[in-house]
Amino acid sequence: MTDLKIIGNRNSQQQPDIKLLRLLVDKKMATDAGLENLVDQIISVITNDGRNIVGVLKGFDQATNIILDESHERVYSTKEGVQQLVLGLYIIRGDNISIVGELDEELDASLDLSALRAHPLKPVIH
Amino acid sequence: MLFFSYFKDLVGREVTVELKNDLAIRGTLHSVDQYLNIKLENTRVVDQDKYPHMLSVRNCFIRGSVVRYVQLPPEGVDVELLHDATRREARGG
Repeated sequence: MTDLKIIGNRNSQQQPDIKLLRLLVDKKMATDAGLENLVDQIISVITNDGRNIVGVLKGFDQATNIILDESHERVYSTKEGVQQLVLGLYIIRGDNISIVGELDEELDASLDLSALRAHPLKPVIH
Repeated sequence: MLFFSYFKDLVGREVTVELKNDLAIRGTLHSVDQYLNIKLENTRVVDQDKYPHMLSVRNCFIRGSVVRYVQLPPEGVDVELLHDATRREARGG
């Protein structure tokens, strides 16, 4: 927003540069839509084959490729509670990602995963 | 670009996004990008008993490529405006 103010002041005598303003707004929207706010936070990724991987987001790019640190998979089943498999450092290709969710640690701590039973998520069918 | 602009106008509204894995997520539209990736806030999964996989997620990023439908609020749809915009786009400008 500071960028916008600077331009407003510079052009205060003339018409504001609409094109430049629009470019900045678009740029701001583009960064809003990215994953930079989630870097170094715990995220929950749902992949196209229905897996749920939880880890710390370390990096990403415009294709939604993702680097996850200290990651583990949460395996859902109807027979027993959620199993956690340790995976470690993972890179997930963007093509295979459905959802990147910001994990609310408080909410997550209040969940009893061992009592949670559900069918695994269905794979994405394009 | 038309639908990108269209979704940008819907920012702040409550929408339901149905994914190609049948999961439906309701939340406030926070932002959209050129790929129609969608960010939702205050999300809840529509059928939480069947899909408890996102119980501890309140904000999420949905990849545009896995979206099947976006259900919009009726008041967010201006058919006349869309008609005009699609015609203009078809004419190439």
